[in-house]
Amino acid sequence: MFLINCPYCGERDQQEFKAGGEAHIERPKQPTELSDDEWAEYLFMRKNIKGVQFERWNHAHGCRKWFNMARDTSNDEIKAIYKMGEKPPTQ
Amino acid sequence: MRNKYSIFSLFKNALSYHENWQRAWKDPAPKKEYDAVIVGGGGHGLATAYYLAKKHNMQNIAVVEKGWIGGGNTGRNTTIIRSNYLWDASAGLYDHALKIWEGLSQELNYNVMFSQRGVMNLAHNLQDVRDLKRRTHANRLNGIDAVYLNTEEVKKFCPIINTSQDIRYPVLGGTLQRRAGTARHDAVAWGYARGADEMGVDIIQNCEVKGIKRNGDTVEGIETTKGFINTKKIGVVAAGHSSVVANMAGLKLPLESKPLQALVSEPVKPIIDTVVMSNAVHAYVSQSDKGELVIGAGTDDYISYSQKGSHQIVEGTLNAILELYPIFSRMRMLRQWGGIVDICPDASPILSKTSIKGLYFNCGWGTGGFKATPGSGDLFAHTIANDEPHKLNAAFNLNRFVSGDLVDEHGAAAVAH
Repeated sequence: MFLINCPYCGERDQQEFKAGGEAHIERPKQPTELSDDEWAEYLFMRKNIKGVQFERWNHAHGCRKWFNMARDTSNDEIKAIYKMGEKPPTQ
Repeated sequence: MRNKYSIFSLFKNALSYHENWQRAWKDPAPKKEYDAVIVGGGGHGLATAYYLAKKHNMQNIAVVEKGWIGGGNTGRNTTIIRSNYLWDASAGLYDHALKIWEGLSQELNYNVMFSQRGVMNLAHNLQDVRDLKRRTHANRLNGIDAVYLNTEEVKKFCPIINTSQDIRYPVLGGTLQRRAGTARHDAVAWGYARGADEMGVDIIQNCEVKGIKRNGDTVEGIETTKGFINTKKIGVVAAGHSSVVANMAGLKLPLESKPLQALVSEPVKPIIDTVVMSNAVHAYVSQSDKGELVIGAGTDDYISYSQKGSHQIVEGTLNAILELYPIFSRMRMLRQWGGIVDICPDASPILSKTSIKGLYFNCGWGTGGFKATPGSGDLFAHTIANDEPHKLNAAFNLNRFVSGDLVDEHGAAAVAH
């Protein structure tokens, strides 16, 4: 349990938010061309990182907007929050 | 040769104030090379080593554990054992385990306190009733004992349940598997460790895996905090940390690791002599032999390796517990903790070969791996020894995420995963 600084509403309790899993997984541009292996990679395979991970969150019980977060999954410390469409921070 | 545990050994050791018990397993330094190395000294990993040594004649093997054996999820779960899964593949897998549980204490000469006190799953709405009836029929077709109970029969089987139809989620019925129950989780790890050690397996604690060495598509060994170990076969049984170990070999798995919480109350006199689970309100409870209520909560929805979950998850579970069991309203909770569970997209485990020769994964047990410990170890040992899955775990391969042949136990598995 932690506090999340929603880029639209400010700091709120984590229970207002819904985690949306790993971020920056790009939807295949040509789905009809994809092999079964590539579909499996897109649909199911996850980095599931222990350490700093980029992920999507939704302020489900607030503004209902999606945004991205860089969070250390070994201690739940939030490193950065950035909007959808923005590039992940390098540091 | 190890001394056998018996009433006589207990009496003999009582005479020397229990100060001369033989140690249950050795504490060896790792050798330079093993025929196989199991990564992870929890129940599943130790069981794998035990059956490799016992049934497949592979005694030159080691179990490496980063902490102490049974210190992870094996010692953190709510100890429920059942096999009333919906799909044929799951029924085969979990009932194989349940059959081994029935003779496990005798086989290991170690009392794992397996208690077939029954597991009851409650229905709270019309859809639950239909799903549970369907599952009962599916179970019986697979030779698994299951009965459907109406509200009065639920009340008769567990009288402290509030069966008033005026509560938010009234009890409309339930299923009962009488062969299901609980076991002492620590004893399972200790019993398997003692059994494996006696057959020559090296159990190496405080030894963390740092890397997996590959030569092309074949494994050559593992780098650990106690040095490099040469081996041709590596069985990874690392639960919540499976993705971390897979990453060392350049593999990605379809797993997400999340915190799952549980809690126990102060000890009280016997009040509930069975296990009651509820899918819809996500609350399950049993009572340990010490008298503590053992309560399982749900998982958080975000990935975390921190072994602590959110407060609202526990609060939600306790709300449900209090509605179902008003008698517990003044109970005090003693301890609360989190474990890291590795969840598959179809809520079924992976017991499989990989694209790398000699590298095997046993993971994805999610929120319900304890019940499968003996069966998982037996089938994974078979897979490692023969480089081929047993027919009972053939469906639980990694390739199912490519072929689409999933074993979808989400919701179907009698409790929400």
